[in-house]
Amino acid sequence: MPKNDKLKKILVIGSGPIVIGQAAEFDYAGTQACQALKEEGVEVVLINSNPATIMTDTNMADKVYIEPITLEFVTAIIRQERPDGLLPTLGGQTGLNMAVELARAGVLKSENVKLLGTQLESIEKAEDRDLFRELMRELDQPVPESAIITSVEEAMGFASGIGYPLIVRPAYTLGGTGGGICDNEEELRETVKAGIRYSPIGQCLVEKSIAGMKEVEYEVMRDANDNCIVVCNMENFDPVGVHTGDSIVVAPSQTLSDREYQMLRSASLKIIRALNIEGGCNVQFALDPQSYQYYVIEVNPRVSRSSALASKATGYPIAKMAAKIALGYTLDEIVNPVTGQTYACFEPTLDYIVSKIPRWPFDKFISANRKLGTQMKATGEVMAIGRTFEESIHKAIRSLEIGVHRFRLPGAELLEESVLRYRLAKPDDERLFLIAEAFRRGYELQEIQDITNVDWWFLSKIEGLVSFEEEIRGEETLSAEILYQAKRKGFTDRAIAEIRAEGRPGGAFTKESEVRVMRLQQGLVPVFKMVDTCAAEFEASTPYYYSTYETENEVIHSDKQKVIVLGSGPIRIGQGIEFDYSTVHAVWAIQKAGYEAVIINNNPETVSTDFNTSDRLYFEPLFFEDVMNVIAQENPIGVIVQFGGQTAINLAAPLAAAGVNILGTSLESIDEAENRKKFEALLARLDIAQPKGKTVINIDEAVETAQALGYPVLVRPSYVLGGRAMEIVYNDTELLSYMVEAVKVNPEHPVLIDRYMLGKEVEVDAICDGETVVIPGIMEHVERAGVHSGDSIAVYPPQYLDEGLKQKISEITIKIAKELKTIGLVNIQFVIYQNEVYVIEVNPRSSRTVPFLSKVTGIPMANLATKIILGGKLKEDGYTEGLWPESDYVSVKVPVFSFAKLRRVEPTLGPEMKSTGEVMGRDKLYAKALYKGLIGAGMKIPATGAIIVTVADKDKAEAVELMKGFHAMGYKIIATGGTAAALEQAGLNVMNVNKLDEGEPTILDLIRGGQANFVFNTLTKGKTPERDGFRIRREAVENGVVCMTSLDTVTALLIMLQTINFSSESMPAFVGQ
Amino acid sequence: MQARLLLQDGTLFTGTAFGAEGEKTGEVVFNTGITGYQEVLSDPSYCGQIVTMTYPLIGNYGITRDDFESVRPFVHGFVVRRHESVPSNWRAEYSVDDLLKEYDIPGISEIDTRMLTRIIRHYGTMKAILTTSNKRVEELMEMMGDTTIEQLRNQVARTSTTTTYSSPGHKERIVLVDYGAKTGILRELNSRGCDVVVVPHDVTADEIRRLNPDGIQLSNGPGDPKDVPYAVQTISELLGEYPIFGICLGHQLFALACGADTEKLKFGHRGGNHPVKELESGRCFITSQNHGYTVNEESVVNTDLEVTHINNNDKTVEGLKHTRYPAFSVQYHPEAAPGPHDSSYLFDRFLELIAEHKANQPAGSRQAQLAANARITAPKPSAPQLEAVKGAL
Repeated sequence: MPKNDKLKKILVIGSGPIVIGQAAEFDYAGTQACQALKEEGVEVVLINSNPATIMTDTNMADKVYIEPITLEFVTAIIRQERPDGLLPTLGGQTGLNMAVELARAGVLKSENVKLLGTQLESIEKAEDRDLFRELMRELDQPVPESAIITSVEEAMGFASGIGYPLIVRPAYTLGGTGGGICDNEEELRETVKAGIRYSPIGQCLVEKSIAGMKEVEYEVMRDANDNCIVVCNMENFDPVGVHTGDSIVVAPSQTLSDREYQMLRSASLKIIRALNIEGGCNVQFALDPQSYQYYVIEVNPRVSRSSALASKATGYPIAKMAAKIALGYTLDEIVNPVTGQTYACFEPTLDYIVSKIPRWPFDKFISANRKLGTQMKATGEVMAIGRTFEESIHKAIRSLEIGVHRFRLPGAELLEESVLRYRLAKPDDERLFLIAEAFRRGYELQEIQDITNVDWWFLSKIEGLVSFEEEIRGEETLSAEILYQAKRKGFTDRAIAEIRAEGRPGGAFTKESEVRVMRLQQGLVPVFKMVDTCAAEFEASTPYYYSTYETENEVIHSDKQKVIVLGSGPIRIGQGIEFDYSTVHAVWAIQKAGYEAVIINNNPETVSTDFNTSDRLYFEPLFFEDVMNVIAQENPIGVIVQFGGQTAINLAAPLAAAGVNILGTSLESIDEAENRKKFEALLARLDIAQPKGKTVINIDEAVETAQALGYPVLVRPSYVLGGRAMEIVYNDTELLSYMVEAVKVNPEHPVLIDRYMLGKEVEVDAICDGETVVIPGIMEHVERAGVHSGDSIAVYPPQYLDEGLKQKISEITIKIAKELKTIGLVNIQFVIYQNEVYVIEVNPRSSRTVPFLSKVTGIPMANLATKIILGGKLKEDGYTEGLWPESDYVSVKVPVFSFAKLRRVEPTLGPEMKSTGEVMGRDKLYAKALYKGLIGAGMKIPATGAIIVTVADKDKAEAVELMKGFHAMGYKIIATGGTAAALEQAGLNVMNVNKLDEGEPTILDLIRGGQANFVFNTLTKGKTPERDGFRIRREAVENGVVCMTSLDTVTALLIMLQTINFSSESMPAFVGQ
Repeated sequence: MQARLLLQDGTLFTGTAFGAEGEKTGEVVFNTGITGYQEVLSDPSYCGQIVTMTYPLIGNYGITRDDFESVRPFVHGFVVRRHESVPSNWRAEYSVDDLLKEYDIPGISEIDTRMLTRIIRHYGTMKAILTTSNKRVEELMEMMGDTTIEQLRNQVARTSTTTTYSSPGHKERIVLVDYGAKTGILRELNSRGCDVVVVPHDVTADEIRRLNPDGIQLSNGPGDPKDVPYAVQTISELLGEYPIFGICLGHQLFALACGADTEKLKFGHRGGNHPVKELESGRCFITSQNHGYTVNEESVVNTDLEVTHINNNDKTVEGLKHTRYPAFSVQYHPEAAPGPHDSSYLFDRFLELIAEHKANQPAGSRQAQLAANARITAPKPSAPQLEAVKGAL
């Protein structure tokens, strides 16, 4: 069917900020969709609140709105733009929910906007539990038996008919609070009782447990002509019970026979047809490993995380096809862009195995509950491709960058037997490695299967790899045959050397370099094969490759000069989508400069790993050996490391040592910025102030230093990423506990102690070509120093900095950039304390704020930096030294957190970064921009309501002043003991509420009961208050109540509210009366 | 143990042996299915071929008694990147290795099967020899040369049933002509209640008439349709008399019987992801395919045939129907196994065609048919065949 010509203008809704469960995959999907729509001559209007995305670049759509994705704002845009159609299926759950809201509010009808892709009725059928079950019954598709109950008796009644195990899910609680699996009557009684209490409506869903079954997913597409295809199927390593986003996944399925495969395929097609979806859809199944019995677990009537994975796993561009289908095209008439000669109506077939492993934030959130269950916890994921499972999974492991690069988890050998068993049975993020440990301890495969329910096939592979280690270390010297086999199984040179060293320390081939030399002498190098959607049946021209130890190399050589850009790997806290944004811009700039741009990356969610982003994409681990293999293949003029975050920066030294040309800022300069001693010397040389501090290598020295500097002090380990393990301590006790519990301190791992100054934080990104330094803008943080810059609200242009300070900041930036001989980007963080400017940190690379600053200043920073790196000069492009003129608009960057999904994580802002994403608010007025930012970040900010205040003693005076403002606007103030007294004393009307130990109803009941709109709580040190404060904050984030833990944020909120709301004041009395 | 695969063009792959020891020559082809290796191995249409699977891990879910598409595999060799010797599936009974050993089929693993596929794609299907011996390459080349195409032919006779047998049902009587039929066809017909009589490839028209069928199903089978001219003859005699449905080789034979021509494809279609467009509705179906020959599109022009389906990628003929008689055929496998079940509706369509045909018969035609049968003077069936027919009835 040809394109629907009535659709001339289409509104695309993005997915908003990155949160757990909704990450970069929607930037990839949205970008592809916008490109596909524009290709067809459709005018594209885009709304997304997330500035760190490629899709919100102004060249991606005809009109880009970086505004909150709320009914209010989207409606306004619809009224303004009058689009013919709305495409909501590429913006994740956010996009879909928005479409439902718009439809229900009657906006689509009144403005005559056609809903494209999936109809409202289908969305409801897929999303509403009851409608979904009804549909499945109609289709004769099995779903687990369940019942909605409001009493223990009802639950018992259901159980007597179904049997155990059962899953209890309390209604409307986040993160599965109060639910769980019950194996017997006693457990059920207890869980249901608790569940009813936790549920605000006193209701639980009791469901037959299918935990332990195989979990299989199908990615399906359908067009208006009812043509249906399966793009990919995937099998989870982890059985049902672990959220699919937290599961290790392989594509295609490995243990399904054709009958099972086709049975589930047919079911998927039946479902997508019944839902009448025009576009992509994802169907999740549970399959009994002992019969043909299966259950439909879930259907996503839209492009999803799994679609992004399926796209990258097969090469089939799902989002692009979904966009074309939305325009009315049918699959059989859309050319498969991968082959260029066949059509999109076919089912991709793989001739490799894809492994996906989630990347969890537990390295940042040490206190978090690592156990994996029905609530997703991963922030990102890695994907790897190999010709065997062993090769593929090995690559995936070393792509994770978690300090484990093979099947050996440091310290696993020390685990007690009971702990090991427990952790095998109750999966957490490290189970993959613990399975290997169990094999090392001599567990039988059957035993491990009984404990884990992981399929025999996967377990036998791990067993094989563990036992192959014996062969690697078996002989005195490393034989060519063993080396060959090891490489085919995905062992790196480093792994081989380490394994040999375990068996015979100091023996032959126990150093990576030795293994590498031997391997190269034997000419044992990997070849690169193409991901072509068709297993080589048709000639393809996609430049999408993976390495493997096979015979034929498929990379086609070109005579053009090449530049390699290292990507940033999986999304994690501190290294998010912002780096992918810069990577993509770098690629574009390289191409424009006349070179071929080559990307190495392993994140399936990103735009950088789209096959048509670069000239050649190598889907490989960002691991020394893998990167070297690509370099050997491509022979580039150099490698750019400054856009791939710390991942790429960390590779600079080993690559340079291996003779690779690092383009841009030199390795020496990188080291000068990152090495504490050299950095101190640099600042001293330039006469630039920095907070006093010292590097210590033992505990005594730490205490001594802290006392000399004066408390509070900021302590952190030496090489940092996103403020990991950084803390502010106020006294000796706190310092000692940090030194003992949080870090390992020794001469190799020194700890830095800095004087902590409670000043204003300011951040700058600059571009330097060695001669000229351009500063696109200065960003002022709302929260004072002590809150990680990634977690602060940043404002551009600064609202509270005078010209003198701006001048000073510019001067320092220019000095540092020049002294470091920066070629490209540099990020500098300052603290302004008592009108003095101090430098806290210099990052000789592209930073998190580059996309934001690029967008608000209009300077394409990553692009420009790449030009410079390739030899261009800023002056040639008309840039002059210094601070770029400030914009008339105010933009704020507001961090977004995923606390509700991570139980036990402390929501207080501190020096450790905790946010997962960001949104932008932009307006002519600061207050309005801030409003948009906060609303966009998901906060509900009513003009009237109740505020709970409990602050530390040191904050009371400040809090009282602030609360006067809220009080004047008519907000109801609720407080506990001390805070209440302080507020009352100031003449405010306060409702006193019980602390946790003062008897019910306590402050928690109030929050749970929805009686508060805001919680302002600052951290009080000390055991009980700390624990109580934690519970208050957790209760707030879990109930979706706005929780502010810094009075600076509260101040900003107050200013905003005062500006946009009216407050009433009685008339002043006559003078003299 | 080492195994080698030597191609006609001199390319030599050295890998690891599995399955039986020995040496086999065959035409080397590739199949792109990810699942379904057991069905592929036991699909008689692969008779005489050395099959390579493009999916690298083969054997993951083992071999089960339920998934055979014929009583035994007829392939001459099996080529995989990795043979998974320890299967994991609740139905798995033994491994691919066991199966190949049982039927004396050599296998080779640990070779770059993607490279092999690319060679076939580029140069077309070719002869190859798969060996576990240590013979010199020159010697192997010679042996390959000695194996004439004729020796590789005659596959239909090798795979077809030699006797007629019945698979009873209570509805339409279907005569299934077995040119190397997959069990799936029988399964689909039986599942619709059909009373199926399976007859050998060299059955005559009169033998079929005597079975008094409601419809005739022409099965798939191996090789070049022009190697079985007698089958073409039989089909042309029955055209118009009974509703006919041809699958794969049966489709090609039907085309030849109607005066169209067939030709060899460069490397064929083998896999479960081939898009076929139904011209009438404009809809596309993902189909299971296994064929090296195709009906020449131009040759259809001056016949009573109409092209009903085409391959959406290379636009080759995928389905035909007779413009005057109740007869149609498809190049792909509506019985799936392995592959998608999207096209099983074609069996329903066949039964509808039979019903229509019956309804259109003028009154008393049954009597006329009997009279016609009585006039049959064709050679008498041999005694065992008669026995079988009786048994079937």
